[in-house]
Amino acid sequence: MNHRFLREIFIVFLNLLISDEPWANQQPPLPQEKWSFDQVFGTYDRAELQRGFQVYQQVCSTCHGLSHISYRHLKALGFSEAKIKAIAAQKEGKPSDYFPNPFVNEKAARAANNGANPPDLSLIIKARKEGPHYVKALLKGYIEPSVGIQLAPGMSYNLYFSGHQIAMAPPLSDNLVQYADGTPATVDQMAHDVVTFLAWASEPEMEERKHLGVKILTYLLVFTVLMGLVKRRTWRRLEE
Amino acid sequence: MSMPSSEKKKSGFIQWVDERLPVFTFINKELVDYPTPRNLNYWWNFGSLAGIVLVIMILTGIFLAMFYTPHVDHAFNSVERIMREVNYGWLIRYIHMNGASIFFIVVYIHMFRGLYYGSYKAPRELLWILGVVIFLLMMATAFMGYVLPWGQMSYWGATVITNLFSAIPIIGDPIVTWLWGGFSVANPTLNRFFALHYLFPFLIVGVVFLHLIALHQHGSNNPLGIDAKKPGDKIPFHPYYTVKDLLGLGVLLMVWGSFVFFAPNFFGEPDNYIPADPLVTPEHIVPEWYFLPYYAILRSVPDKLGGVVLMFSAVFILTLMPWLDRSPIRSARFRPLYKILFWIFLVNCLILGWVGSQKPEGLPLILGRIATVYYFIHFLGLVPLLNRIERPQPLPDSLQKKSPSVEKSGDCS
Repeated sequence: MNHRFLREIFIVFLNLLISDEPWANQQPPLPQEKWSFDQVFGTYDRAELQRGFQVYQQVCSTCHGLSHISYRHLKALGFSEAKIKAIAAQKEGKPSDYFPNPFVNEKAARAANNGANPPDLSLIIKARKEGPHYVKALLKGYIEPSVGIQLAPGMSYNLYFSGHQIAMAPPLSDNLVQYADGTPATVDQMAHDVVTFLAWASEPEMEERKHLGVKILTYLLVFTVLMGLVKRRTWRRLEE
Repeated sequence: MSMPSSEKKKSGFIQWVDERLPVFTFINKELVDYPTPRNLNYWWNFGSLAGIVLVIMILTGIFLAMFYTPHVDHAFNSVERIMREVNYGWLIRYIHMNGASIFFIVVYIHMFRGLYYGSYKAPRELLWILGVVIFLLMMATAFMGYVLPWGQMSYWGATVITNLFSAIPIIGDPIVTWLWGGFSVANPTLNRFFALHYLFPFLIVGVVFLHLIALHQHGSNNPLGIDAKKPGDKIPFHPYYTVKDLLGLGVLLMVWGSFVFFAPNFFGEPDNYIPADPLVTPEHIVPEWYFLPYYAILRSVPDKLGGVVLMFSAVFILTLMPWLDRSPIRSARFRPLYKILFWIFLVNCLILGWVGSQKPEGLPLILGRIATVYYFIHFLGLVPLLNRIERPQPLPDSLQKKSPSVEKSGDCS
């Protein structure tokens, strides 16, 4: 394999050097949404998290794993211990168990999904440019292809997917889930909620991080101002 | 002026130790009383800042290594485990990850300061060359560190960069196989990169000590670029520069902290949160930002070997700077033409950085080629010839005497 592999790498490398757009698939700019977790003081909206979890569980989890998340982590969503126990029990698990993968291995996943391997969603928001905007746009981006575009059997056309041809069928439709809190389950609402949930799954430490950041930066600001004063005082001695 | 503290009374125990092992005398001489030019500006903060960043990187790195697993099947997940399960693991990891970028920002400022004020000139040539050695070690360390999380950019960055060595005629391929420890970037590669990533920072510490010995031999250069002659030109390092360095440290930690806490992935590539997959090439393989100017030079040459040679030359040419620049005047403040060249060179480096982040085609490619040619013309043509036509301004005769031009010039101070 070594020679072919090397050659392939070299071709990739050459492409980088001299290419005429080997990656020529234009995506339109992503719609910019507002998120509860934006900005310095943004936190995850608990209701959105819980609804998003419901969407993940009832829709996404059929094909997509969430391997870095354990049931006990759901406490951060505002669920009680008893509720977490009940959620874990649905999949015959304990709160300390990690979410089970929907397929036993990659081959099984590909066999069941028209040759595509549905990516694990634990880090999906961090693993895409403009993650939250991108994932929401993708979930809502299914349109009829323009005339003349041939899709392979079983594939769908998505405005925001690289190359536009995507193996994931449109996952959301209005009222696909029945929200426990009675919120109308529009496609936009479900997409928004599940992205918030996945953003949490990508960065569960975010709230603690920002909280600690405000404290530490305040401390550093005081330290810096003090050092500025001490410095001025010390250097004044030189003028005398 | 404070009394040299070595004359202050020492306690019995310290006295006892110092007579047998003169560490306290050493600390006093090199860190407390150490005579430093009184006119250093804030650009002189970045040397000590780089030292502090190095220490923080080593400390956070040691803690990360306690939890990291250098195996292709576990590396990615072990990093995620640090982020999610280890107490404050996310903090340590984000400090370390952003620290690499902070380290390069600090060191680049430090280097450009040296270029502006002629800090590489006699008698500081070896000091400068040791600095270039540190820079090279840093680049190797950062590159190998970026491979460790074993994401897509880790894997493909490692593949592209190690493959550069295959451009060497005849022995290129065997060298690449030897570097990899196999026939592709794989588990042996990850293992050795981890071992070397842990080793290199300590090599850097060693060279930093040599750098400091060379520095303390003649003392710091200064914004005027003239030697201290009069009494009072130099002041003791403590308390004047210790407190000034602490002020600088406060500012640096605030910048660093802003990234760590509020934009931890600002410098990173999203693709590196996808586990490495040898069968899927990312659409756009880019190195970390601090390598982009060199990456642009590499790609501006249509020949692989030529690109590699030029890229490495771009770093090594720095070591020749003390001999390429023949002007006896150190500081650009008194060199009207060199001052202009310096700023053009700086902008040229930024252009190369931008080009490195773009796909190599159209405008970026052309711009990259022009900027690459200019990069070398600066060192090999303009700087050596400058001395013949430049008429330097008169130098002041003391670090303390403030000539009007020095007071009002807006450069760098």
